[in-house]
Amino acid sequence: MFAKINFYLKSFLFLELLKGLNVTGRYFFRKKVTVQYPEQKTPISPRFRGLHALRRYANGEERCIACKLCEAVCPALAITIESEQREDGTRRTTRYDIDLFKCIYCGFCEEACPVDSIVETNIFEYHFENRGENIMTKDKLLEIGDQYEEQLAADRSADAPYR
Amino acid sequence: MTDFLISIWEWFHEYVQFTIYSGVKALIILLPLFIVVAYYTYAERKVIGYMQIRKGPNRVGFKGLLQPFADMFKLMFKEIIIPTNSNRYLFIVAPVITFAPAMAAWAVIPFDAGLVFSDINAGLLYILAMTSVGVYGVIIAGWASNSKYALLGAMRSAAQIVAYEIAMGFALVGVLMVAGSLNLSDIVTGQSGGIGNWFFIPLLPLFFVYLISGVAETNRAPFDVAEGESEIVAGFHVEYSGMTFAVFFLAEYANMILIAMLCSLLFFGGWLSPVPDLLGDGIGWLFGKTAVFMLLFLWFRATFPRYRYDQIMRLGWKVLLPVTIFWLVVEGVAVYFKIGPWFV
Amino acid sequence: MAINTKSSSPLTGQQTPRIAKRIMMIETAIFYVFAVATVISACAVVTVKNPVHAALFLVLTFFTSAVIWLSLEAEFLAISLVLVYVGAVMVLFIFVVMMLDINVARLREGFVRYLPLGLAVAAIMLLLMLNVVTSDVFVLDVGSEPLPKPADYSNTKALGAVLYTDYVFAFEIAAVILLVAIIAAISLTMRKRTQTKYQVPSDQIKVRKSDRLRVVKMPSVEEE
Repeated sequence: MFAKINFYLKSFLFLELLKGLNVTGRYFFRKKVTVQYPEQKTPISPRFRGLHALRRYANGEERCIACKLCEAVCPALAITIESEQREDGTRRTTRYDIDLFKCIYCGFCEEACPVDSIVETNIFEYHFENRGENIMTKDKLLEIGDQYEEQLAADRSADAPYR
Repeated sequence: MTDFLISIWEWFHEYVQFTIYSGVKALIILLPLFIVVAYYTYAERKVIGYMQIRKGPNRVGFKGLLQPFADMFKLMFKEIIIPTNSNRYLFIVAPVITFAPAMAAWAVIPFDAGLVFSDINAGLLYILAMTSVGVYGVIIAGWASNSKYALLGAMRSAAQIVAYEIAMGFALVGVLMVAGSLNLSDIVTGQSGGIGNWFFIPLLPLFFVYLISGVAETNRAPFDVAEGESEIVAGFHVEYSGMTFAVFFLAEYANMILIAMLCSLLFFGGWLSPVPDLLGDGIGWLFGKTAVFMLLFLWFRATFPRYRYDQIMRLGWKVLLPVTIFWLVVEGVAVYFKIGPWFV
Repeated sequence: MAINTKSSSPLTGQQTPRIAKRIMMIETAIFYVFAVATVISACAVVTVKNPVHAALFLVLTFFTSAVIWLSLEAEFLAISLVLVYVGAVMVLFIFVVMMLDINVARLREGFVRYLPLGLAVAAIMLLLMLNVVTSDVFVLDVGSEPLPKPADYSNTKALGAVLYTDYVFAFEIAAVILLVAIIAAISLTMRKRTQTKYQVPSDQIKVRKSDRLRVVKMPSVEEE
């Protein structure tokens, strides 16, 4: 009985509605958390998984040994690798394509790689203007790797203690 | 120069003079209305953004102040897509049918003592009639689109508006009983004599009923099941794009402003000052009160989750309607015994 | 024009006989325009194939006849025609009609078969109407033309005064009949269906956490 009267009082005095309005009303004056994107950016973790890159050793030799573990582990089947024996007897890739439309940026390729060759950079602002640009060829991947080597090495070493 | 202009004016036929005169008067009301609607959409995005600890639009112009114009130009240059197998003619006519009554209702709104486009006796009835005609646009749009979502939205909207119109009408009957007139100017002058004489005090339940059914009539959150984007995409206007969509939008916001202004006219003394001894009456009071109610609409939208459809029907028929009828009886007794400063 | 009570000249505020005459003329023009629109849309109601279009034409008919009533200075009736019939009744009508999936071809099947019957009914109606129109009861000069009312004349007030004094019994009886009809409609359609499951919103709202959830306090058990 008392609960019923209480219920009617509550609903006809709009108590709960006023509580809700009070909450939003208070939030109106809160400090805003908006990040003004192109000018401001949120910090990026060293584990961030963005555009792919192929790395080289310090002497300029490419790391990839064409073991195809990344191709095997890729859940989206985005990686295509063809390999050949080089004159010095080592095995290297002749083709290393990543289809960025298929890629889901899971980072498994990076995990699977025994030589830390295929990595994901923290670049996420990129776009394509022509058909076919979504296929990252070996040359393009190596170029990105060369360009961001410093950043990539720093990120890897920052994350190393947790691996 | 002025003589020359006067001679041109007198050269016109009297009908033409009258038509020009009325047209100019209508424009004086409607053009500011359009600008208010434009900035109301901006205010809506800003207020809701602020309540969600965001900044809202702030890119176009200083603090985003030119955003409404950017939106307007975008809509103007978009293609109007007419769906196949839709009813072409009705599809185009529907937004106009929503828009015309929303504009026509403004004809009888008094802005200050004597400042009214058409001071008719049955002003309140006229407004009720005009707002109830607006639903046709929604229904026709839903049917003519040849889309199941649009039809569902139209059905919901029709049932909802018919249900809430009755509660709204009864709430207005309460106002009539106190004011003894259907003329909006008379209703406002009946509230003169300070804040204690305003009608919201004796009619508090009816005021809340009116406000709630006003929100429901304009299909605004939390009663916006007619467009309910989470379940029926956008309801009756899914198939509309470009200018046709903009006209729906314009009508909806004009209706919101109308309801806000009616709230302040009927229950909060319109242009009357709350303390007539200290501050004079004036149009500023009306606009200030209206702005408060307009803010309330946005505040509601930022706060309340959408009603489920059957709950809307329950609220309209089983809660608001009995409340109004009960209060009309109470009011009848008060009128009979001439209680307070209101029932004289 | 009844709706604009300022029928005088908008600028001078004085009503000259010349302007009064002109206003008469404009009234006549308005009458003919809307009368023609009423007749055309009323014809369209019965001739249009699509039922939704027919219903919309009926709405237009109501609207144009409301305008004609306005020119009779019956603004209360005109506005309540729009409010009640256009705003509520026809909305529900269209509501129903839009839900129906009417097969137009099947509707036209029986056209020839029912033609003689239809023609007979039409002929009888025509005869009746001719009889009414040509009789002496409905001739034009039966009464004098009513004078235009002053600007502050309230049609609503006059109607209310008549309705609640002279015709109060008729009015109350009509109200009771409507009430009976409402109750009858509700009792005819409201039946408890035992099979279907439905929600009771008021019960749903009333539910509190304490009704459904019981927090049990138990001592933690040490593993042996």
